[in-house]
Parts: sequence; structure tokens; C-alpha cells
Amino acid sequence: MSDLSDPLLQEITGPTPGQLLRKRVFGHQGLIFGLAVVAILAVVAILAPVIAPHDPYAQSLVARMKPPVFLGGTWENPLGTDHLGRDYLSRLIYGARVSLMIGGIAALISGVIGTAMGVAAGYFGGKVDAVVTFLINVRLAMPVVLVALAVVAILGGSLTVVIAVLGLLLWDRFAVVMRASTLQVRGREYVAAAQAIGASTPRILLSEIMPNIVNNLIVVVTLEMAHAILLEAALSFLGLGVQPPTPSWGLMVSEGKNMMLFEPWLVLIPGAVLFVLVLAINLMGDGLRDVTAPENRS
Amino acid sequence: MNAMSKPDTPVLELRGVSKVYSVKQGLMGARKPLRAVNDVNLTLGRSEVLGLVGESGCGKSTLAKILLGLEAPTSGEVLVDGEAIGSHDRLKLARRIQPIFQDPYSSLNPRKSIAEIISLPLRVHGIGDHASQTKAVREILDVVGLPARVMNTYPSQMSGGQRQRVAIARALIMKPEIVICDEPTSALDVSVQSQILNLLGELRREFGLTYLFISHNLAVVEHLATRVAVMYLGRIVEEAETGALFDASRHPYSRALLDSVLTPEPGLGVPDTHLGAAYPNPINPPPGCAFHPRCASATAFCAARAPRPVASGDGLVECHLYDPETEMFQR
Repeated sequence: MSDLSDPLLQEITGPTPGQLLRKRVFGHQGLIFGLAVVAILAVVAILAPVIAPHDPYAQSLVARMKPPVFLGGTWENPLGTDHLGRDYLSRLIYGARVSLMIGGIAALISGVIGTAMGVAAGYFGGKVDAVVTFLINVRLAMPVVLVALAVVAILGGSLTVVIAVLGLLLWDRFAVVMRASTLQVRGREYVAAAQAIGASTPRILLSEIMPNIVNNLIVVVTLEMAHAILLEAALSFLGLGVQPPTPSWGLMVSEGKNMMLFEPWLVLIPGAVLFVLVLAINLMGDGLRDVTAPENRS
Repeated sequence: MNAMSKPDTPVLELRGVSKVYSVKQGLMGARKPLRAVNDVNLTLGRSEVLGLVGESGCGKSTLAKILLGLEAPTSGEVLVDGEAIGSHDRLKLARRIQPIFQDPYSSLNPRKSIAEIISLPLRVHGIGDHASQTKAVREILDVVGLPARVMNTYPSQMSGGQRQRVAIARALIMKPEIVICDEPTSALDVSVQSQILNLLGELRREFGLTYLFISHNLAVVEHLATRVAVMYLGRIVEEAETGALFDASRHPYSRALLDSVLTPEPGLGVPDTHLGAAYPNPINPPPGCAFHPRCASATAFCAARAPRPVASGDGLVECHLYDPETEMFQR
């Protein structure tokens, strides 16, 4: 009927959001670096039994503290051996499993808790919001490391306990960020339109609100992953995290610290790997924020 | 316009609708009532267009939210086809009343394709399967004057006018009887505004729609509306046929609103409405007639007693100037 001849209406041009996103992703070096490092470490962790040259638990008293190959060692143990003669490269590879598993599962648990609380607070407001805000404040008043230390001291250190403690403690940032994002989105008219259409609350939350706040969620997930990995290393270093002989990067630093003055690579190698992983995850999160931030859209 | 006689049952009727919010001032302040909508009575006949005009903050949008079932009125009732609507039959209400919002940049979910946005009402109400929904979207796109190939595009790829057409398509795909247009053109370019207004006019004739047209643009209201209601501080202060209101408005506020319209004549300057810049605080409304502090014709009596609605001609006016009973007190 009206205006089909209007040239303005005939010209629906421009790339789709998906095309724009792809272009921004591949133009962002930090994001590409972060994604690549995390992807490589994930593959290494998954394929650890295939890749590792030795058994990470096999001790050999005759081959203790062999230096790595770049300090005059042999290719038999490319990164040398530790004080019990265990192959350092193999322990490092198996340690990636522990780090990524703790980072991933702890971020997942706290992500589910924090997102549910934050979205509920932001969408329903009122009393729900008051309760959630109170819980967030309570949680922020507790020092994470201290609480984790206390719980691990009572329950004993194990991978499961560390993951559970971190997962149940790191939801605060999820809740804060998701609450703020939801508050922002729920005022948009498309939410009112969906309500006027008669859409159910779960439908509005899942299909109108979530797609518009999920980019913030991804960023917080990466930050909290890095956070959890560092906390695990710190707890293991203090002897309250993963227990020996399980290979963990924090534990390797801890075990090497007595020999640090004579064999500094025992500390430097796991420290450097930890640094690179956390840097990569943070770069990935930073890049994802840059790529998905609305103000960056043209 | 008079040829359009009022049908027996109004499609939409508001009886004494009020909405009171409880507002907290400051951290420790006590909660105070804010009467956003105060005892509003309105009737809309079939295929009428009621223009609702008033300043920002006078309660127009709150009224729209009540009609859409997004807010429950504190008191009073809303009747659709003579039937009171409750909060329990939101789905039923949604099939009869649909909104068109002000800002097409905010009313379309940026993460959804146009086809998904327009077909959402059908999917929520479980009407038809995927194929028939696609067909319905295609048809409604044709009705609002968009080519079918926009179905797979996203809102960010469209202009404001195109987006507003999508919003109209979404509102009309369920074939509602009443459409609440909340300033549907105020976010658009002037050239696009007229296209959208003409489209709304054509759609009304084609589908026999009834509009509640909320606007602060009097020219738009004069163009489209059959009746006009003027709202001030949550109350309808004057209601009349469009022609009558624009030719001979009675309430001083309506006259001031009409005078405030800028003319294209250069050199005339900004019109003086005697209104001043101060809009009263709705938490502490002035006593008596809420409009008296800004009214050029106000007397001491206006500050003492609130006026009552007086039937005048075909409509209503709520002002002591037109109330024969209070006239003698004023002298």
C-alpha cells in the first residue's frame, strides 16, 4: 500500500551484526593473542596424557634437579626435573589441567549463582533487590583468602574443596555487574513491548534481557576465571590448596622455593606459565569487552 | 467528524482510574503519595481516535501503562467492550490492546531479527506453526510498507522510520482493536513523521482500529484525532471534539497549550502563554484547582476549592469559569 516506491525503503544495506562482530574480532590483537594462548593451553590440558613425555608422578632419585635444556640440560627432560626427580615439563602440562579446571568450574558455579541473583535483583527490584544487595554486601565484607583458608583448614585441602570454596565465594562481581546491566536493559521499551504482548517472565528474562547482557557476563567470566586460577595458586603455595603429589603450578612454586637461590628456574618456569595464562585470560576479557561494547559500534 | 456517531458500548472505558505511587524523598524521608493519574474517566468509541495531550510528567504515559496492563490502577477500573480487565487475563488483554512506543531505537530488541521481533506475539500466544507465522510476518510487512527481504535484517540496519514501521507491524500482527500510540512520531524526522502518521491513518480505516494517541505535538493530534483530552497533573481538564477544542478551547490550560505552538512565521518571537516555567511538584500539588498558580484567570476561589467536571457542548471541562454553580461565589 504505502510508499513501496520510496527509495529509502528499498535500500536496506549494511553488514549484519554477525559480520561486523567478525571484523572487530579479527582486528583486535589482544583478543586474538588471549584466545590463542587459552585455546593452546586448553588443548594441552585435554591431551596431557598424550603430550606429556613422562609420568608426572614418576620419581627418580638419581635424576634430581636436572637443569632445563636451555641451562645445559638434556632433551630427556626439556624443562629439567624437580627435587624428587619428576619431569618438570610433564608436571607443568598436568598442572594446566588443575588450573583450567579450577578456573573454569569455579567461574561456572559462581557465574550461575551471581547471574541468577543479579538478574533477579535488577528485573524485579524492590524487596528482591534489597535482599540481593544485602547478600552482596555481606559477601564483600568477607576476605576471600581468609575464608578459603579457614574452610580448607577445617575440611582439608583437595581439588573438590578448593573448587567448591572458590565457586561459592566469587559470585559477587557477577551479581553486581548483572544487576546493573539488567537494570539498564529492563527500562528499554522492547521489554515493555514484550510485557504488553503477554510474554511470560521467564521468556522475557531469557529471550529479551539475557541476549543483551550476555557480553558483560562473558567479560566477568574471564576475569573471575583468572581470579580463581590465581587464588588456587596462592592456596596451593600456602599448602592449603591442591595437595601433593598432584601437580599444580602454585604447588610447584611452593616446592621450588627452598631451592630458589640455587635453581631459580624451579620457581620461574611455573611462575611464568601462570603469568602468561592469567595475562591471556585478562586480554581475552578485555578484548571481548572492546568488541562487544556498544560505544565501539559504528 | 460529527457524522461519526458514538456506538452504544464504548470499546474502551476508564472509570475513575487513579494511580498513586509511593515516593520516598531522601534517604530518611517518609513515603509520600504521588498521584500520577487522578480519577480519570474516558470513553473511546469504535474507530475513534482520542488524542491525549499534556505537558511532560502529567501522567499520560502512566495512563498508557495502565491500559496496557503493565501497571495496575490503584483504584477505578478499565473496561474493554464493557468487560472489566483484571491482572489475571493479561494474555486476553494483549490480543485486544497493543502499544506503539515513542522511541523505535529502544522498542526493538537489537539482538533479534526483524522476523523474530514481529512474530513474537504469535509465538507467545502459540498461534500457528512456523510456516504460517512466517507468512503472517510477510503479509504484515507488506501492510506497513516494508519489503519482505527485511525479515532477516536486524534493527541496527534500519532507519528510524523503518524501525517504527516494524514496531507498528508487531503491534498489528495480532489484529488488536485498540492501539495505544505513545508519542509514536516524536523521535522521528519531520519528513518521516508524516509518512508514519499517514500510515497510521490508513491502517485505522483498513482495520477499523481505535487509537489512543498520546502526544505533546498539537499539530499531529489535530491531524489524526477525532476527540481530544487535555491532561494536567493527572487529571483530564478538558475533553472535546477535535474541531471544537482547536477552534474554541475553554479551559485556560488548553488555551495556553494552543498558544504555545510555534508558528513558522519568523519575527513573531516565542509565544507568551503566561504559563511560566514552573511545573508544580506532583508530590505537593497546589490546593484547590491544581492549575491555579499558573492560570491567568485564577481567582482566590480557585485556590480554595477544586473544580468539578462540567459538561459543556459535546465534552467536559473542569474549571470554575464554566461552572454555573460556582460562578456566584467568584464574584
